[in-house]
Amino acid sequence: MDDSAEGLVAQAVDLVKVYGGGGTEVRALDGVSVAFPRRQFTAIMGPSGSGKSTLMHCMAGLDTATSGQARLGEWNLTALSDDALTRLRRDRVGFVFQAFNLVPTLTAAENITLPLDIAGRPVDRAWLSLVVEAVGLSDRLDHRPSQLSGGQQQRVACARALVTRPDIIFADEPTGNLDSRSGSEVLGLLRASVDEYGQAVVMVTHDANAASYADRVLFLSDGRITDELADPTPESVAERMIHLDPGPGG
Amino acid sequence: MLRATFRTALAHKGRLALSALAVVLGVAFVAGTYVFTDTLQRTFGDLFDTVQPDVVVAAAGADGQVVDDETASLPASAADVLAGVDGVAASAGTVQTTGVTLIDADGEPVGTVGPPTLGVSWNDEPALSPLRLVEGRGPQSRDEIAIDTEAYESGGFVVGDTVRVLTPGPSLQVELVGVFRFGTSGNLAGATLTAFDPQTAQQVLLGGERWTAVQAVAEDGVSPDELADAAREAFAQSDLPAVLVQTGEEAQDEAAADITDGLGFITNFLLVFAGVALFVGGFIIVNTFSVLIARRTRELALLRAVGASRRQVTLSVLVEAFLVGLVGGVVGLALGVGLAIGLRALFGLFGVDIPAGTLVVLPRTVLASLLIGVVLTMAAAWFPARRAGTVAPVAALRDDAVLPTRSLRRRTVVGTAVTVAGAGALALGLLGSVPNAIVVVGAGILAVFVGAALLSAVVGGVAMGVLGAPFMRTTVGRLAVRNAQRDRRRTAATAGALMIGLSLVTMIGVLGSSSTRSVEATIADAVRADFIVTSATFQPFTPEVGDAIEAVDGVDVVSRLAVTPVTLSGGQASSTGDTPASSSATGVDPDTIEQVVALDVTEGSLGELRDGAVAIDTETADARGLAVGDVVTIEWSTESREYEVVATYAAAGPLTGAVVTRAELSDVGVPPQDNTVYVTAEDGVDAAELRPTLDDVLAPYPIVTLQDQTQLVEQVRGQVNQLLSLVYALLGLAVVIAVLGIVNTLLLSVLERTREIGLLRAVGMGRRQVRRTVRIEAALISVFGALLGIGLGLVFGVAIQQTLVDDGITELAVPWTLIAVVLAVSALVGVLAAIIPARRAANLDVLAAIATE
Repeated sequence: MDDSAEGLVAQAVDLVKVYGGGGTEVRALDGVSVAFPRRQFTAIMGPSGSGKSTLMHCMAGLDTATSGQARLGEWNLTALSDDALTRLRRDRVGFVFQAFNLVPTLTAAENITLPLDIAGRPVDRAWLSLVVEAVGLSDRLDHRPSQLSGGQQQRVACARALVTRPDIIFADEPTGNLDSRSGSEVLGLLRASVDEYGQAVVMVTHDANAASYADRVLFLSDGRITDELADPTPESVAERMIHLDPGPGG
Repeated sequence: MLRATFRTALAHKGRLALSALAVVLGVAFVAGTYVFTDTLQRTFGDLFDTVQPDVVVAAAGADGQVVDDETASLPASAADVLAGVDGVAASAGTVQTTGVTLIDADGEPVGTVGPPTLGVSWNDEPALSPLRLVEGRGPQSRDEIAIDTEAYESGGFVVGDTVRVLTPGPSLQVELVGVFRFGTSGNLAGATLTAFDPQTAQQVLLGGERWTAVQAVAEDGVSPDELADAAREAFAQSDLPAVLVQTGEEAQDEAAADITDGLGFITNFLLVFAGVALFVGGFIIVNTFSVLIARRTRELALLRAVGASRRQVTLSVLVEAFLVGLVGGVVGLALGVGLAIGLRALFGLFGVDIPAGTLVVLPRTVLASLLIGVVLTMAAAWFPARRAGTVAPVAALRDDAVLPTRSLRRRTVVGTAVTVAGAGALALGLLGSVPNAIVVVGAGILAVFVGAALLSAVVGGVAMGVLGAPFMRTTVGRLAVRNAQRDRRRTAATAGALMIGLSLVTMIGVLGSSSTRSVEATIADAVRADFIVTSATFQPFTPEVGDAIEAVDGVDVVSRLAVTPVTLSGGQASSTGDTPASSSATGVDPDTIEQVVALDVTEGSLGELRDGAVAIDTETADARGLAVGDVVTIEWSTESREYEVVATYAAAGPLTGAVVTRAELSDVGVPPQDNTVYVTAEDGVDAAELRPTLDDVLAPYPIVTLQDQTQLVEQVRGQVNQLLSLVYALLGLAVVIAVLGIVNTLLLSVLERTREIGLLRAVGMGRRQVRRTVRIEAALISVFGALLGIGLGLVFGVAIQQTLVDDGITELAVPWTLIAVVLAVSALVGVLAAIIPARRAANLDVLAAIATE
């Protein structure tokens, strides 16, 4: 892990992402600067097209910024090759997506250890059983994803994100397809990974209630960070969103 | 609805193009074969049309048809009979025999590989001869010849040269006095023509006053049919043996057909491969359509949701298949024309001068190509199309819409039934006595293929588990194995396509190596002589060869065989009665034959052979109910004689049919010529030491080759291998189609797994690992197909070999090297087929792949 002075895991410096060119140019990120320290749970909110997913993709090494810096630990992602980015994602980053989180041909256990297996690294058995215990899937490990409920699938995804002990976990609408009870379980897991294991978590969400699990909420609009809210509650987030978003939709 | 179909077809044109390609190759074979044969028929038809007597009379065989042998002939008096028929304006006898070879200045024979080398009689009357002088004049004496333009050019002759000519009788030194064309062509379908004056042709080629055929032109006002009728009557009243009277047109049609048939072995050959290619293509079409429909489930469900009926959905898929088939048919037709041009060029390389005319593309060819393309594609798409209709409208609303998975039980039942039925047909065709056994066997093999392909889906999961076991240690390998197991039907169909080609390769390999081994065993068992002399083309050669060898010091036995076609009758078996049947008579030296050939004499003794005696092979003897002491009638081309059976023997090597003394052969007027000469060295003389002298003695006769046993075996092996390589090359095409199928399947699976691959890449799988996953999957599928194919091929090969034991394929030899190569190549082929799909998978845009919306 990176032990830089500020305890920062990831940092965006004047990040710009432009899609298209000429007349159809879209500035998805328009000079975003933000830091993600360890042991902090950040929620990113904003209307559709505000750039929140783009910000996450650029920070996670899935997309390349047009200018500015996306830093992960000591690396500037914009300068890395595809191979290096792949290794970085494998070793330093955990992912939880909204859907299609799991490889359908692999069992739950195989899905959890997938990043380690890809890297050819040995599995730390003690840590694995701790993680599996935490997500409550000890009796489901031999099941294929098709035999698991949506909530169980997301918990497997969380376990996979935790098993490599990444510096940072990116979660893209992790509760988007879940009922509220399964959603709280998953959010609780993400919370625990910050509190107990010291990870940084960055979560994109539409849901004020989900955002209230975070330590702070960043609001994005038209590619810029327009607001920030510390120690959010569902109510404070909802209130802020109403002010933020003049148009319909969320 | 129709517009939607067209739009969809256009949107998927890449996938559909691959399916169309599967049709294209098969159709191209069919079209190419048709165009080539039609063109041949047209050009040879034209060729003969330029020269046509009104009536042609030839010797008739036991079945009343023209004897299919060049030495058959009529007595010279036949010409007198024809000349005496009312309405004949002019008539003449003609001679045409094989085995007449020109020797060029280097001592090499001109044109002896492949097409025959013919000796013919010259006739200056244009209506009675197809030969047209282009230089010099026609031969007028025993010392003169004329030759065709092709031979003239390839032999590098000049009119006025003294040329050496080998005939089945004497070898001649003659003057080249003229050069001619055959009708409009340089030569007759590649045959080398040497023309003699009529008397010389009779004496040298037919051994006396005889004609191969006699022909006549009618007076004005007499039609060819009228003249033919009159001629038939005249010959019926004469005391001549049976003849066949045809009008010029009939005879020419037959001659043209003979030539096309002769070249036409390639036609059947190509059509069989067209069938194989189409069959394999069918598998690929089934696969492509299944996958396309699986991918379009939501789209189809949407159509259903907005009110399209089940039938409309099915129909829309069938219309798409129709379009694919049509495109495949058209492209295949075009490719087929190209193939025909290629074939013509290929024949040209081998010295067959096929006159360059326009290619003949009959409406039948076009229709057949399009029909095959459309019907095959639509038939193959039928099941996927039916399945498309079963998509529930609600699937449109679901995120993870998939077609309902069906149990494999029905497939197991149907697959087993079809396999058993196929095996039954195979057994019936091989063991039973059914008409058209070859068709029954073919249908059986086809059914076993289909059954095996169906069943392979059932065993595919387990097989992949076993084959994939070594890969299960790594995630990449595990993913590959599980992917191959994921859709067992698709894996089975893909592997099945490869299975067909490879099982045929294995089967042919088993048969090829078994025949070679059997021939080796036969030669080792049957040949006692140190050397065997035969002509390269198995045509008869001059007795001078044997005479020359007899004069060599150190040679002990020179034993000769001369073969001539005859009609045999006699015996009392109820099945055959004493009906005359075409057979062959072999003249041997009774005192020495058993010193050079090991013969299994079942009854009597070959030593008893003398004038008026005959030995009969056991098969013929059994069929006719003949035993030693019975009498048979042999109808020679000159006369009929009765013979007493003094021995029966098991046919072996060149010896089959009736065996008489060589003296008897010349007594009945068969021209002196030999087909095989056996040579043994004296005791105490090393055969190897004798060899240089023998080679020297035979140098003037380049058409014959002297071989010891090893060389004989080598020659046979070489011939078998040559045939095998041709078959392998064509089967290779079936494998190419199967490889296209693997590419197709993998591309589609990669597309299907876009999100999965995106996820794997997101959590850190490198591009190289993604490529490796696809490669392992491809290799697994193709090795699975290869194993199925090799297994089936072994079963087919051994089954056929066992049934051919009585026909001389006594030994079973399995070509393990070939099989190992097939297996290794198929793994390699899988990896190669994976190149493009693997690249596609590795280069997926990760973001786009994982994007939820």
